[in-house]
Amino acid sequence: MSETTQQAWTAFTERAGTRAALLGTQELPTRRVEAWHYTSLQPLNGVAWRTPERLSSARLTALLKPLALPEADGCVVFGNGYEDTDYTKLPASIMREKLDDQASFEDEALKDRFSAQLNGALRQDGLHLRVPAGVDGGLVVLASVCDGQDVSVHLHHSIVLEEGASLTLLDVQGGEGRYLANPLFDVHCAKGAHFRHVKRQTESKEAFHLGIVSAHSEEHGNYNSFTLNQGGALARHEVVSTLQGPHANSTVNAVQLVGGARLNDLTSLIHHAAPDCTSRQTVRSVLSDAAQGVFQGKILVDQIAQKTDGYQMNQALLLSEKAQINSKPELEIYADDVKCSHGATVGALDEEQLFYLRSRGIPEEKARTLLINAFLREAVEMLDDEGLQAYLLRSFPGHE
Amino acid sequence: MPAVSETRETVEKLANSGYEWGFETDVEMDIAPKGLNEDIVRLISARKEEPEWMLQWRLKAFRSWEKMEEPRWSKVNYPDIDYQDAHYFAQPKKKPGPKSLDEVDPELLRTYEKLGIPLHEQELLAGVEGADEARAPVAVDAVFDSVSVATTFRKKLAEAGVIFCPISEAIREHPELVQRYLGTVVPQNDNFFTALNSAVFTDGSFVYVPKGVRCPMELSTYFRINARNTGQFERTLIIAEDRATVSYLEGCTAPQRDENQLHAAVVELVAMEDASIKYSTVQNWYPGDDEGKGGIYNFVTKRGICKGDRARISWTQVETGSAITWKYPSCILAGKGSVGEFYSVAVTNRHQQADTGTKMIHLAPDTRSTIVAKTISAGQSDSTYRGLVRMQPKARNGRNFTQCDSLLIGDQCGAHTVPYIESRNMTARVEHEATTSKISEDQLFYCRSRGFSEEEAVGLIVNGFCREVLKELPMEFAVEAQKLLQISLEGSVG
Repeated sequence: MSETTQQAWTAFTERAGTRAALLGTQELPTRRVEAWHYTSLQPLNGVAWRTPERLSSARLTALLKPLALPEADGCVVFGNGYEDTDYTKLPASIMREKLDDQASFEDEALKDRFSAQLNGALRQDGLHLRVPAGVDGGLVVLASVCDGQDVSVHLHHSIVLEEGASLTLLDVQGGEGRYLANPLFDVHCAKGAHFRHVKRQTESKEAFHLGIVSAHSEEHGNYNSFTLNQGGALARHEVVSTLQGPHANSTVNAVQLVGGARLNDLTSLIHHAAPDCTSRQTVRSVLSDAAQGVFQGKILVDQIAQKTDGYQMNQALLLSEKAQINSKPELEIYADDVKCSHGATVGALDEEQLFYLRSRGIPEEKARTLLINAFLREAVEMLDDEGLQAYLLRSFPGHE
Repeated sequence: MPAVSETRETVEKLANSGYEWGFETDVEMDIAPKGLNEDIVRLISARKEEPEWMLQWRLKAFRSWEKMEEPRWSKVNYPDIDYQDAHYFAQPKKKPGPKSLDEVDPELLRTYEKLGIPLHEQELLAGVEGADEARAPVAVDAVFDSVSVATTFRKKLAEAGVIFCPISEAIREHPELVQRYLGTVVPQNDNFFTALNSAVFTDGSFVYVPKGVRCPMELSTYFRINARNTGQFERTLIIAEDRATVSYLEGCTAPQRDENQLHAAVVELVAMEDASIKYSTVQNWYPGDDEGKGGIYNFVTKRGICKGDRARISWTQVETGSAITWKYPSCILAGKGSVGEFYSVAVTNRHQQADTGTKMIHLAPDTRSTIVAKTISAGQSDSTYRGLVRMQPKARNGRNFTQCDSLLIGDQCGAHTVPYIESRNMTARVEHEATTSKISEDQLFYCRSRGFSEEEAVGLIVNGFCREVLKELPMEFAVEAQKLLQISLEGSVG
């Protein structure tokens, strides 16, 4: 690290005062740190990060427009980390809680994870929802937009679903300029609760995004997530899904659609900490131009987690000479009565399929788009909500 | 190690014992004082009567080793090793280089007899005549505490133009070849253990197969650690010139001891245009006792380069021994259309730990690689497959297929899979699949209902699980390997 970048980084961490020091986030992980081997955080260095200002109502409206948010039962909007209550609307059945600024947030599952440490050091307010037992909270849209140069936003959200409750959250991120968005989600699904987390990360092309989710599912609980990673100069979406009660299950699916010289990263840990749990993961990446894709997915099975059923599939399409993918699907298993498998494929568009379409008179460009869309659609269609599927598909190439 | 003389009785005898190869041989040894410094490196070089360039090569390695840190990223745990608390030179006294078997210490010969390694050419030939005609003789280089004690069939090999000799001899007799290739595939400072090995290696095998020659027989090296408080550091270099073909087998055992012993070997393979090298290993170093006491620390660097177009390197390994295994036989595919293969069975039981896998580095167009890794964990052991497949920008139409399967026996062990896939070429295709499971109750029940004991049933199922790899081994090795699997898993069921 050079002297000036070191100073900049120190300035950034100093914003958090002593709490940053306590959390040990003074140092930026280098590529020698295994978790960041493929995604270099060095671009974050050398930027004099500062706290952003509140956005004007007109600016906020302009930033929200391209996100084309769908109609929903509830809606909460943050601009540069400040909630604009003009938009706030929540169903009466859901309880909104206030975060105690002083209360410390500790989650063993997020220990040593840089995105969480950074959020912990600079924690801001966020959305704190509690869905009471047996209540279906419907669909809530959470939009976070940023605007500005060298500003950083560290929202901390928490979602608690009581026994048998359910909720779908559409979590949309966007903005303009070179900013850092570092949202953290702390999710608890009690017995039999179902939480569907659909995220669309569409940050500006210069932005950095380090998002992290820690989800805990109890007996028969379910954390089901789908992430569309398509924005940011450097963006990582990280999920730690802990299955801590028997028969809990989790789905951590994602699509990464990356172009330019940008890097998108999906890192996940599905931790089977109780018996009879099921997990599923399908991650598809399409990389064009000089884009880089990273997938690091780990399934960890504790000794107690007998009868685990885990499956993980990771596929990447490389569309250009300069595009690259780095993929690390990992299994760490300490229980013997398990069924765990993973698969990974990397390659270009299938020439035969392309030929088939061309021979039927479809122009090459169109044929390519068709095949790419088919590849992505398959992953999106695993989402069991047609409205949300349609919303996500609208942002795919060639969509009219 | 060819199981030529193996009979049913010996198989049964083996199956009833824990580690049959745990005996110690009482041979008069020439041992350097404990510790490692430049003087020891100079002493080793002097004892081996090496030329000056070799000494300088070693010293360079030693100096970089001093500055290096021991790698600790693998998923194995062991207490710190005191590198100054070992002897770096130990050789049977009757030296230098026995001219014929009559000069070899009879105690030593008995050791190899016990291991079933035929060092007497006549005996072996006699055995062949009476038996299967198709079974080709095997040339053996026996390495005892890193010193080659005997190499058989040298004359016959020389007629074909093949050089097969201890590497210490090659350094003296064929310096131009050694100097040209040594350290080109695995540089001295590649990692901590290669630097250590480069500084202190005492022997190993050297194979040179000239242009267009198909090596007339299987070549084999048999390694044995015997002396106490010594490490074993052997170095193997195999060169196959254009259109040459060679198959090389490696086997190893060590006495049963309470303290841990270090084994840090380096193997380098060079395959030129259209050449083919097949390297098979059955690794059966002493794994430690039931409590995890003792055993060999096996930190090995093996790498081959397909330098010429259409060259082929194939690694096959059956890893059943060692307290700790840290080993990633790799292929650098630099020649157009070259092929790399890795077939592995790793079995861990009791307190063994294995972190093993491969690297396939695709540098040239149309290169292909196949990885088949089978991992079996039992007892309180931990086994990890760690592998890298990298398609560089020039690897147009590169192909890789990887399959990793893990089998868990008992709920106290672990099995892990850590593949790294990196592709920088859109036309390259990489496919990876991995599964982890246990032996299904259905399979066990089926075997049990047909009269197999539970242990036999497990043995049968495990052999089936490993079949894809075992069939890659030369026949004698395959028999041996199956037997080893059975023994390694003994006591893991019921």
